[in-house]
Amino acid sequence: MKKSTLLRAGAIAVSLAFVTAACGSDSEGSVSEDTVVTEDTAAAAVDGVTCDGVSIAFFGALSGDAGNLGKNIRAGADLAVSEFNTANPGCQVGLVDFDSQGDPAQAPALAQKAIDDASILGIVGPAFSGESKAANPLFDAAGLAIITPSATNADLNDNNWKVFHRALAGDDKQGPAIATYIQKTLAAAKVGVIDDASEYGKGLADIVKTTLGAAVVASDSIDPKAADFSAAVSKMKEAAPDAIFYGGYYAEAGKLAKQLRDAGVTATLVFGDGVKDNGFIEAAGPAADGSIITCTCADGASNAEFAAAYTAKFPGETPQTYGAEAYDAAKAFLAAIAAGKTDRAGVLEFLGTYDAAGVTKQIKWDETGEVAGNAVYAYKVEAGAIAVIGLIE
Amino acid sequence: MSLSESLRSVTSGTRSVSRLGEALAKQSRSVRWSFGAICILALYLLPWWPNVPVLGWIVETPGTSFPSVLTDQVVIFVLVALGLNVVVGLAGLLDLGYVGFYAVGAYTVAILSSQHANLPWLLCMPIAVLVSMLAGVILGTPTLRLRGDYLAIVTLGFGEIIRITANNLHWLGDSRGISNIATPPSIGPLKFGVLDAKPYYFLGFTTILIVIFLLRRLENSRVGRSWNAIREDEDAAELMGVDTFKFKLWAFAIGAAIGGLAGSLYAGKVQFINPNNFPLQLSILFLAAVVLGGAGNMWGAVVGGALVAWMPERFRGFADKRVFVFGVALVLVMVFRPQGLIPRKIRKERWLESWKPSTGTALGSKE
Amino acid sequence: MRDWLIYRTFWDLTVTGVALGSIYALVALGYTLVYGVLRLINFAHSEIFMIGTFASLITATNVLGLPMLEAGDYPYRTGFQLVLILLACLLGSMVLSGAGAVALERAAYRPLRGSGDQFGAVVLAFVTAFVVGLVFFDTPKSNLIFGIIGTGPIAWMYLNIFRRGRQAPRLAFLISAIGASTAITEAVAIWGPRDREQYQTPRVLEKKTLFQLFGTDIRIDYVIVIIGALLMMTALLLFVNRTRLGRGVRAVAQDVETAKILGVNVDFVILITFLLGGVMAGGAAMMFTLVYDQSKFNIGFLLGVKSFTAAVLGGIGNLKGALLGGIVLGLAENYGSALFGGEWKDVIAFVLLLVVLMFRPTGLLGESLAKARV
Repeated sequence: MKKSTLLRAGAIAVSLAFVTAACGSDSEGSVSEDTVVTEDTAAAAVDGVTCDGVSIAFFGALSGDAGNLGKNIRAGADLAVSEFNTANPGCQVGLVDFDSQGDPAQAPALAQKAIDDASILGIVGPAFSGESKAANPLFDAAGLAIITPSATNADLNDNNWKVFHRALAGDDKQGPAIATYIQKTLAAAKVGVIDDASEYGKGLADIVKTTLGAAVVASDSIDPKAADFSAAVSKMKEAAPDAIFYGGYYAEAGKLAKQLRDAGVTATLVFGDGVKDNGFIEAAGPAADGSIITCTCADGASNAEFAAAYTAKFPGETPQTYGAEAYDAAKAFLAAIAAGKTDRAGVLEFLGTYDAAGVTKQIKWDETGEVAGNAVYAYKVEAGAIAVIGLIE
Repeated sequence: MSLSESLRSVTSGTRSVSRLGEALAKQSRSVRWSFGAICILALYLLPWWPNVPVLGWIVETPGTSFPSVLTDQVVIFVLVALGLNVVVGLAGLLDLGYVGFYAVGAYTVAILSSQHANLPWLLCMPIAVLVSMLAGVILGTPTLRLRGDYLAIVTLGFGEIIRITANNLHWLGDSRGISNIATPPSIGPLKFGVLDAKPYYFLGFTTILIVIFLLRRLENSRVGRSWNAIREDEDAAELMGVDTFKFKLWAFAIGAAIGGLAGSLYAGKVQFINPNNFPLQLSILFLAAVVLGGAGNMWGAVVGGALVAWMPERFRGFADKRVFVFGVALVLVMVFRPQGLIPRKIRKERWLESWKPSTGTALGSKE
Repeated sequence: MRDWLIYRTFWDLTVTGVALGSIYALVALGYTLVYGVLRLINFAHSEIFMIGTFASLITATNVLGLPMLEAGDYPYRTGFQLVLILLACLLGSMVLSGAGAVALERAAYRPLRGSGDQFGAVVLAFVTAFVVGLVFFDTPKSNLIFGIIGTGPIAWMYLNIFRRGRQAPRLAFLISAIGASTAITEAVAIWGPRDREQYQTPRVLEKKTLFQLFGTDIRIDYVIVIIGALLMMTALLLFVNRTRLGRGVRAVAQDVETAKILGVNVDFVILITFLLGGVMAGGAAMMFTLVYDQSKFNIGFLLGVKSFTAAVLGGIGNLKGALLGGIVLGLAENYGSALFGGEWKDVIAFVLLLVVLMFRPTGLLGESLAKARV
């Protein structure tokens, strides 16, 4: 529904452009095309905090191939902002979108725009690791705080970005936990590892591989854009491992699971957080049954209060992956605004001391921006649904 | 019928631009020079255009930073289009993997200034240009003996090989890419930092001007005439004593060098690259920019490159649909203006056209 | 570790390689046919394949009403019913892909040959009106209505412009093809019911092992793909070599002007060429969904690039070359992936192409839809 407003705003602006161009008439200044949903703040504040012209931003893919993931993340932030605005009539916070399409080439210009907009006090995002590396140096130079709800790449935190925060544990926590689960809980002696040669998938698979050491009997990479993974499947079939870990995203995981089962591979399939999506079950069908998925993300739907609020705001929808993390991230910024921080330095300073219970976990950051605690959850696919098993370790 | 005629005049609207050019050509030298100087000055001030009332409203890019779009997209696309135009438009070689040279340039700077050494950008840039040129020669030597469309698929493969190799080799930063690439050195008030894109634009625009100047010299030289001959009829050129292979290789190498130059500028501005910056689709977009503008015409390449880079950012509000619209626009432009928006001028060849049956060709046709 | 795996998986890799290669070969036929006749890289052919996979999906689910899952398992069918379903899907794919290829030719290529017709004008006009409508409307339905209303006057204008009779340069054809390809892909991505997500096709064929060969299970779906591809290829060869229309295709491929003088209807022959390529791509698409049960808006791109590589590898313009090129490419990719790792798959394919072209500049079998031409 957000997208349609945005589209309409764009459409109106463009049609106006056509009309004025056709008439050749001069127009007064430029039409603002802000995507902010600002409500009238003229009403006098009765209770709650007061503020004027502040907003936070969502930075990530809203269109393009990764658009659906980004829309789910944005929804979490959107929920937090609208709850805040309802509770504080005197302080209406805007939510500005920066649609990067997950493309690192577009990220710097968008980051620049966010920095130029003085009303923006914090960024929920960037959603992916690649665009983070392209955009974060700019945010760091501008002192604009960021909390990413989904970029889990392990080496993001060793860039000395003082503005960097993460609302969930990184892959350096998830990888060893996956290895532990495979060896302890699944008691697998022989393990096969496959990755999709992407930054996320290969990064995670490499951590799993090094942790497992000699237990890895076969490994391969696949091309996620291809449809046929028969070389990797043949390899796994021949090596006959007890468990197979795949580092990558859900669409390919579904295809791979199917092709492995078709070839008669019976090993338990283990996946990382990129597979925690219903799209995996749709793509794999019965082949998904019994698969293990790990995620540093909590099960958003299992927090009844959050799930109810989410469904009330977005009828017919349930919280998807990273939605709860985005909610927590936005909450942290809103707490800073509620505490009277109206400039970027103040917000950044506030985050350093922030310590509050979030939907997913206790939200508190160390000096590198990593969230305290390293909870990794295990999920299992049973009867066509992803069900939480519990914490690993 | 008047309606269709007016439409016809709209579709050939850019003809008035060339008419303006003809009118200018009749003016005295001083008038022409001052007109050019004003244009160049106005273009140097491009980052401030969004502040001008009507004009600003047309050019601005809502939702993203206009100066950054200029440096990250427009300057790069214009440079790349100029380079690819040498290969495709002037020499008539179909190159579908031009992004490979762009990547080689960017990666050379990244490796030398961040990944494996700490050389300054100013030293990396010429090395990057040379390495790209070398890549062009290495790829061109075995493949330029192939005819027409075989070259297309081979170059396409080359672009993919570069991207996949960068993605898989740890030495090249693999899929994580390379961060902290050196920026150009600050000179006086021009500070090449992280937040201000304008110095990068001045650098990029100056580079474009230099490249245009050099290419004009080249086009009017023996090399340029040889390319013309090869493009129009390779066999005839060969018979007339043109060393076609040598000149094709020259075109390939010069094109590659300009691609590498664009890559080194991009790496120096963004300071982070990864293999996802160089997808196969970008090669196709580059080619579309050249042909859309008018293959063989340098000004066409400039306009095409600028449009293809700027349009998607201008129409950000359309989100996904802008790509669809772009596809439709490509078909429509090709149907109604097959020679591109600003077609190549056929100066000396025109007398031929008058009696030859119409077989308009741009790419070594063998019909 | 890698060495022992390649030996032990050799026959496995061979079977899957030949099956994938057969699909490459069928798609490659479309490139080769069009190239042979028009000297045009039909960049949008990959989208014709993509349309075919969706046609198969629509036939199976919307027309035949097959469910995705039945009681938690695939909706397997057997015997006569299975054969009928597969044939229906094949027919659906072939018809839609063939129609798509013809529409593409008339809307995106024929106007560039200077002989635009009413159909092309109408399609282009509709698309133009639709795009203009995007500015004003938000819902696809109102946009569609606007598009249809706008079609009439715009088509009339376009027809007037078409009557120029000038041939566009070959680069223009390529860019028009790229534009059409982009537009078709994006249209499916934007207005498809599942946006950009992957689609599943119902799996009716249980992938049973038919027999064992050199210790490798030979699955029924692979057998169907390989035999099906051979049958279609044979039919095409017979058509081109034995029929009157086929002779027309060869004549146009050899020399357009002479064929015209001798009374061949060139536009019609070109149409038939596109139709044949589309039908072959449709067959390939149906077999693709049979093996992989899936489709996506961008599924054609990489497969198209590979198939075109296969066509060039075998010798573009050469029908038998397409078959050979496809199978060689499929095998090389599989063996190469096992040897060097799957992340190098595409590099292997392109290096193979480079090496082959260096030693045989016109591909493995040379170009010869009509006869080798330089």
